[in-house]
Amino acid sequence: MVDVKTIDILSADEAQLQEMSRKYLLSLNLEEMLVVQKYFKDLGKNPTDVEIETIAQTWSEHCKHKTLTSSIDFNYTKIGGKPQKKFYKNLLKDTIFRITKELNKKWCISVFQDNAGVIEFDEKNAVAFKVETHNHPSAIEPYGGAGTGIGGVIRDILGVGLGAKPIMNTDVFCFGPDDYPQKKVPKGVLHPKRVFKGVVSGVRDYGNRMGIPTANGTILFDDGYVFNPLVYCGTVGILPKDKAFKKVLPGDIILAVGGKTGRDGIHGATFSSLSLDENVSSTVVQIGNPIVEKKVLDTMLIARDKNLYNAVTDCGAGGFSSAIGELAIFSNGAKVYLEKAPLKYKGLQPWEIWISEAQERMVFAVPKNNLEEILKIFTDEDVEATVLGEFNNTGKLEVFYDSKIVCSLDMEFLHDGIPKRNKVAVWNEKKSTIKKIKSKNPASRLKEILSSLNVCSKEWVIRQYDHEVQAQTVIKPLVGIKNDGPSDAAVLKPSSDSEKGIVVSNGVNLHGKKDAYSMAVSAIDEALRNVIAVGGNLKKTALLDNFCWGALDTPEQMGEIVMACEACYDMGKIFETPFISGKDSLNNKYKLGSKTLSIPPTLLISAISVIDDIKKCITMDLKKSGNPVYIVGITKDEILPKVDFVNAKKQMSALQEAIEQETVDSCHDCSEGGISVACSEMCFSGGLGMEIDLRDVPVENIKSDETILFSESNSRFIVEVKKEKENEFNKILKGTNFSKIGKVIINKKFIVNGIKKKSVINSDISELKNSWQKRLGNYD
Amino acid sequence: MNKIKVIVLRTAGTNCDIETANGFKLAGAEPEIVHINRFLRKDETFSDSKILAIPGGFSYGDDISAGKVFANKLKYKLKTEITEFIKNGRLVIGICNGFQILVKSGFFPFISDNQSVTLTNNDSGRFECRWVYLKTMKSIANKIWTKELPDIIQLPVAHGEGKFVCENDTLEKIKEKKQIVFKYVDENGDKSGFPYNPNGSIEDIVGITNPEGTIFGLMPHPERFVIKQQYPFWTRNKNIEPYGLMILKNAVDYAKGNL
Repeated sequence: MVDVKTIDILSADEAQLQEMSRKYLLSLNLEEMLVVQKYFKDLGKNPTDVEIETIAQTWSEHCKHKTLTSSIDFNYTKIGGKPQKKFYKNLLKDTIFRITKELNKKWCISVFQDNAGVIEFDEKNAVAFKVETHNHPSAIEPYGGAGTGIGGVIRDILGVGLGAKPIMNTDVFCFGPDDYPQKKVPKGVLHPKRVFKGVVSGVRDYGNRMGIPTANGTILFDDGYVFNPLVYCGTVGILPKDKAFKKVLPGDIILAVGGKTGRDGIHGATFSSLSLDENVSSTVVQIGNPIVEKKVLDTMLIARDKNLYNAVTDCGAGGFSSAIGELAIFSNGAKVYLEKAPLKYKGLQPWEIWISEAQERMVFAVPKNNLEEILKIFTDEDVEATVLGEFNNTGKLEVFYDSKIVCSLDMEFLHDGIPKRNKVAVWNEKKSTIKKIKSKNPASRLKEILSSLNVCSKEWVIRQYDHEVQAQTVIKPLVGIKNDGPSDAAVLKPSSDSEKGIVVSNGVNLHGKKDAYSMAVSAIDEALRNVIAVGGNLKKTALLDNFCWGALDTPEQMGEIVMACEACYDMGKIFETPFISGKDSLNNKYKLGSKTLSIPPTLLISAISVIDDIKKCITMDLKKSGNPVYIVGITKDEILPKVDFVNAKKQMSALQEAIEQETVDSCHDCSEGGISVACSEMCFSGGLGMEIDLRDVPVENIKSDETILFSESNSRFIVEVKKEKENEFNKILKGTNFSKIGKVIINKKFIVNGIKKKSVINSDISELKNSWQKRLGNYD
Repeated sequence: MNKIKVIVLRTAGTNCDIETANGFKLAGAEPEIVHINRFLRKDETFSDSKILAIPGGFSYGDDISAGKVFANKLKYKLKTEITEFIKNGRLVIGICNGFQILVKSGFFPFISDNQSVTLTNNDSGRFECRWVYLKTMKSIANKIWTKELPDIIQLPVAHGEGKFVCENDTLEKIKEKKQIVFKYVDENGDKSGFPYNPNGSIEDIVGITNPEGTIFGLMPHPERFVIKQQYPFWTRNKNIEPYGLMILKNAVDYAKGNL
């Protein structure tokens, strides 16, 4: 029975409006509900369920980024300074978008406007990159949640411009520790190990079946993610430059292509704005089928290259309502006939069809004259394609079911009617307390760090992903003489007739527990270090920001996100690296009784760099005994690492030049565990030893061997220089902070000579490797 | 001289078609990627093509079992065409999912309605993506696919169901006819266990041919090693022959000379 309900909003008082928002999972606040009420009062009618749902989806945090685009009164105090004030008219526009605008790079083709950021690759082609999160679905149903997470971001790439071909996936996860005590896991929460294994399987099965290599990623483990894991999925695509933009003309046919519509994923968009608790229904999680998506990919690229459509976008959050609603902005209106939508099973109400987030669906705007030809392309390969209606310029979004109108909304109200939010934010700079490093035996401490969850080998995960499919992965995620060392970044060679390449890396850390600014600058620094370490090009590197935050209820919590945005601006300015795409996932929190447990503020930075010659790329494994080993960057005694805005870029640019001039045999960045871990990894990946002298490491205020070895200061690299090119290397690096610290030795040992005493570490590289590999070694 | 035509047959879920075609192009052939529906609708024929390549992927989602649906289409819908193709001594290569399809198709490794060998779940229980060492066997394939290949080569595997299994009498038969093309070995060429044998294949079998040597099925991906920079050690070792390209080139050269 088709049943379109009318919602009595006109007579509701404020309390009832709030109750209405809760009851229907609208996730709209009182102010927004009042604006909706006024709109319908002016029309003199109550809304249908289809109308109210359409507004809720379109105005969801997921689709509109209400918090990050709100205006903010910011009060902050730096250490030793007076309280200061700053006003943001729109936080994102005033920080992250602003730096991209200021840098005004000609190679940025489409930023922050489409389903992904697009930059130039070569004369003919462009590269698109998008990273999404699928956190709440993965918490409830790890396998399905993660699979549809990757499926969704792949569709973002299919739906950018006129469609890009996906060439690589990335994945970054944050989980609770896999050995977290079961009795501390509350009812309704899955154990972190189950989430971990389910998420890895989900990404594996979807990514591998799509034939897209998963070649970059990382995993962070921390107690803060037990209740709410984070699943970041990214996809890189390639498309002809002249297909980077879409348009919709009045009269274009609305064509739905791919999967059928079912009841899965209803309220995904609005659900993502709520706290998780033990009563969440699993119908908010979508069900994926990668082969359906692969068929859409195969056929739509044929149609694209024949110029058969004007626009395409994916059905993501909000389903048809968002996809058609957003394309309708181009033409300024649309008419949709919902009864035509192919369904998985009978019994869906019109509002359910309209907002279902069933997977593998794309919406195309097709000129009438091309309809027959495009339908043939889809049906030839057994892909379902259905005409749902027509775009027009009436200024209205009208939805029909069996010739009865079930939704009629003004485009202007729907897309611009949302009231702007204003927030207050506060930040007081905290003193960075010095970490007291216990004077333990440095060799055993090193092994302890190597075997810790956040540093240990992730080979068990990486091998389950096909990172070679498409045959373009020229620097692989695992490198070295045994193909098991940790690569800093992945490099692809996407064109068979050119040596140009694409470098992809990431940066993410746990400093957000203490200081969101340090967290953000360190994440960006790490992503850039990883680009440089394999031979990337800082001059053509773009960044993506993915904010995952917990509760944002207090000014202090808002202050943290403001500072992270400021960090993005500052780093973008220093390194001249524009941001091209981003996404935020807020409300990553769990309601446990009266308590709300938030995740640590976590900003994932993904970097993409276009290089001219992949043949000049290098890997991190030591290559040759006798080669000198250098360090680039200064080691400091700091627990919340900062970035030296004066020197960091100079160092990285010089190192880039040294690698381009082929003076370097291997290079690895210093991150978790600092110099000690970076050198160890280079040794056991290359099957060679190394002897270094800590007296030669450039430091600031450090007197202990342990602090030099384990400090996690930013902007540092360990560099194995070709012996015969040492002079040239020195010439290129001149004027930056760098120093020779030792050499590669044939003896398979990692030997560290301290400030006062000799060999504070003297370990077999096989022992170090064993420590690094055993934690997640054979994980079943 | 006209270039050798290669059909790269794809369907829903195929995902190594483009690199397979690229590999054959580098090998000097003229590949064409064709959807199986075009053959089923008789829009396309095998007429002047000399090599048929069934690339890797997850054809039809590997529903029922890996490669089964695709194999049934060959077995029941394209039987006449395929039989004709094989009878003329033209070459067929099935890579990864293509190998899984071949063993279920009724014409490989022997023409028979009963399936005699299969590729089942890896012993590790997991999908494995890694580079492996392969020993080139003295086999019927030396005349075509592995001509002048070194004793030990490397190629990548990426599969969850690659464990070669068959009955003892079938094994005896394929040994007797010298149909075993490669075996998994360690870097020194010696027999070894996991991960050198990434799936637990009996007798470390990597790939086999039909008794004539014209049809070749293997789990590793020759099309993923057709340029130097695909080799995982290219930043260490500069003198590299892309072994995958050699295999494809051998096929193209054989077709030029004999078909």
